[in-house]
Amino acid sequence: MSPKRMISIWFFIGCLLTAYGVLILGAGIQSFFVAPAGEAIMPWLHLQVWWGIALLTLGLIYVIRFRPAR
Amino acid sequence: MIPTYSCLFSVVPNKLMTVSPVDTAIIVLYFVLVLGIGLYLKKFATSGEDFFMAGREMTAWIAGLSFISANLGSLEMMGYAAATYQYGILVAHAYWIAAIPAILFLALVMLPFYYICKTHSVPGYLKLRFGEGARSVSAVSFAVMTILMSGINMYSMAVIMKVILGWDIHFSIWVSSLTVAIYVAAGGLLSAIFNEVLQFFLIWLGCLVIPVVGLIETGGWSGMVARIAKNFPGQDFTHMWRTVGSFADNPMGIHWTGIVFGWGLAISFGYWTTDFLVVQRVMTAKDLRSAKMGTVIGAFFKMMVPLIVILPGLLALAVLPFHLVPETQAGPGMHTFNEALPLMLARYCGPGLLGLGITALIAGFMSGMAGNVSAFATVWTYDIYKPLFRKTATDAHYVSMGRWCSLLGVFISIGTAYLVMNFSSIIVYAQAIFVFFIVPMFGTVIFGMLWKRTTPAAGFWGLLAGIVASFLLWLWVKLDPGALRYVAFSDHAKDMAENIYRAMWSLMVNVVVTVVVSFLTKPKPEHELKGLVYGMTEVPSEGEFPVFKRPITWAAAVGAAFIALNILFW
Repeated sequence: MSPKRMISIWFFIGCLLTAYGVLILGAGIQSFFVAPAGEAIMPWLHLQVWWGIALLTLGLIYVIRFRPAR
Repeated sequence: MIPTYSCLFSVVPNKLMTVSPVDTAIIVLYFVLVLGIGLYLKKFATSGEDFFMAGREMTAWIAGLSFISANLGSLEMMGYAAATYQYGILVAHAYWIAAIPAILFLALVMLPFYYICKTHSVPGYLKLRFGEGARSVSAVSFAVMTILMSGINMYSMAVIMKVILGWDIHFSIWVSSLTVAIYVAAGGLLSAIFNEVLQFFLIWLGCLVIPVVGLIETGGWSGMVARIAKNFPGQDFTHMWRTVGSFADNPMGIHWTGIVFGWGLAISFGYWTTDFLVVQRVMTAKDLRSAKMGTVIGAFFKMMVPLIVILPGLLALAVLPFHLVPETQAGPGMHTFNEALPLMLARYCGPGLLGLGITALIAGFMSGMAGNVSAFATVWTYDIYKPLFRKTATDAHYVSMGRWCSLLGVFISIGTAYLVMNFSSIIVYAQAIFVFFIVPMFGTVIFGMLWKRTTPAAGFWGLLAGIVASFLLWLWVKLDPGALRYVAFSDHAKDMAENIYRAMWSLMVNVVVTVVVSFLTKPKPEHELKGLVYGMTEVPSEGEFPVFKRPITWAAAVGAAFIALNILFW
C-alpha cells in the first residue's frame, strides 16, 4: 500500500450519514408545515424527524471520531 | 447465494413510487460520493497487492462488513422478501442454517489455509494444491459465472427501477454500470471494499424503517402473527421446522433432509467457503486473526439480516390490504410477490426516507456488481492471463491488466444484460449454473485442505465429475420432468428444492470420485503440502490474546445465538 495517509472509510460514511440526516430531518420538519404528497401511513410518528436525528447523530460521531486531522 | 428473484416482471405496472426533490438529492449524493471515493483511492492502488488484494491491510470490521455486503445484494433482498411472502419464515433458513455453520467453518477451519499460503484467489489455492488443471477449470467457470451473474443483476435492477420509479431501463443500466466501472477501475478491490462498507450502512439504515414501523403498526410480533393467521387462515407462515417433516406439508415442497444436507451443507458450504467473490474480502485482512474475526463479524450480521428481509415479507402478509400474486397471474392493478419490499417501503417511508430506501437498493446492486467485477479482474489476471498468456511481466503490467479487465468486465456484463433482455430464460439457467460450479468446488477444496492423501488427479477429476453430474441431472429433469421424483425425491419439489437436492448429489459424486481417484493415483510429496494441508501447516496460536479477543470465543457466541434462534422460531 502506498505510504500516503489514507482517509478512513468511517469518515466518508460519517459525512454521508450527516448529509442524509440533515436532508431527512429537513424533510421531516417541512412535513409539519406542508403535508407531502403521497403521505406514508402513521404520519403522527414523524418518522423522518426521528430517523433524521438518528442519522445526523451517528454521522457526526463518525465524522468527529475519524476526521483526517486526528 | 442463489438469487431467487424472478426479475422479469411479465406485467410492468405503473411506477409504484414518486420521488420528491429530497429523495433525488439523496440518490445523487450517493453517486457523487462513490465516484469521489473511487477517484480518491486511485493513488493508493499502485501495486498488484493494492489493486487486487486491497494491500492486505483491512481491519476485521472492514473485512467482515465487506464480506457480508458482497453477499447482500438488493436483488437478493427483494427476492427473499418476495419468497417470504410466498413461503413464510421458512425462507429464513437461507440466512441461518444455510449460512452460519458454513461461515463459522470458513473462519475457524478453512481460512488459515487460504491466508497462510498467501494465494490471491480460491483458484490460486487449487493451483498450489492440485496443479494447473484444477485451477483452470475453477478459474474459467468462476469467470463465466461472475460475468453472467453481474449482467443478470444489472438487467434485473434496471427492470426494478423501471417498475418502482419509472426510470428508463437503458438509463439505469448505463449510469450504474459506468459508475461502477470508474470506481473499480480506479481503486480496484480497495474501492470495491470501501463502497461495500458504505452500502452496509445504507442498506441497514434504509431498510430498518420497515420492521420498526411495521411492528408498531401490528402491535408487535404476536399482533403480526395474529393478522397473518386472519389474512391467510389455515396456513403456517411463522414456523421454520414444524412443516418440513413432509414434502407436501410446505409450499416449497421440501423435506428437512433437503434443508439440512442440501441447503445447509452442499450449497451453503460451497458458496460461503469457496465462492471467491466473498472469500476474497476476508483474505484482504491485515493478519489471520483479523481475517477470522472479520468472518465471525460477517456471520453475526448475516444472522441479523432476516430483520430487514424476512420480517418485511411477513409484515407484508400481515398489513397489505390486498394479496400479492405470482408473475404469471398478475393482471392490471395487481401486485406481484416481487413487489413486497418496494410496497412496504412505499407504505412506511415519506420523502427523504424513501430516497434512503431507494439508495439502499441501488447501493446494494452497485456494490454487488463491483464485487463481481473486482473478483473477475483478479481471477482473470492471476489465474487465466498470467499462467496461460503471459507468465512473466512486471507488477505494473498486471495492475494495468486488472484496470482494463475491470472495464472489460463491466462492458461484457452490459452485453450480458442486453442478451438477457432478449433471452429471459437465461435467468432460470443462471441459478442452475451456480449449482453446477460452486458446489463441487467445496468438495475439492475441503479434501485438499484436510486430507493430505488427496492427489492432484483426484482434485481435477473430482471437480470435473461434480460439475458434469450436476449438469446431467439438470438436463435429465429438463428432458423428462418425471425425473424430479428421483433427483429431488418428490414430484412436489419446486425450482429451489430441485437446486438444493441437485447440489447434494453433485457433492456426493465429487466426494466419491475424489476418494476413489486419490487411492488410484500418486499423492504429492509431503514437503510440497506445507502451508496447504491440515497437519502440514503451522497455524499461529492465539493463546497470547485474552479470551474475548479470540475468534473462537465469538464464533461460539454466534453459534449459540444461531441455535437459540432456530429453537425460538421452531
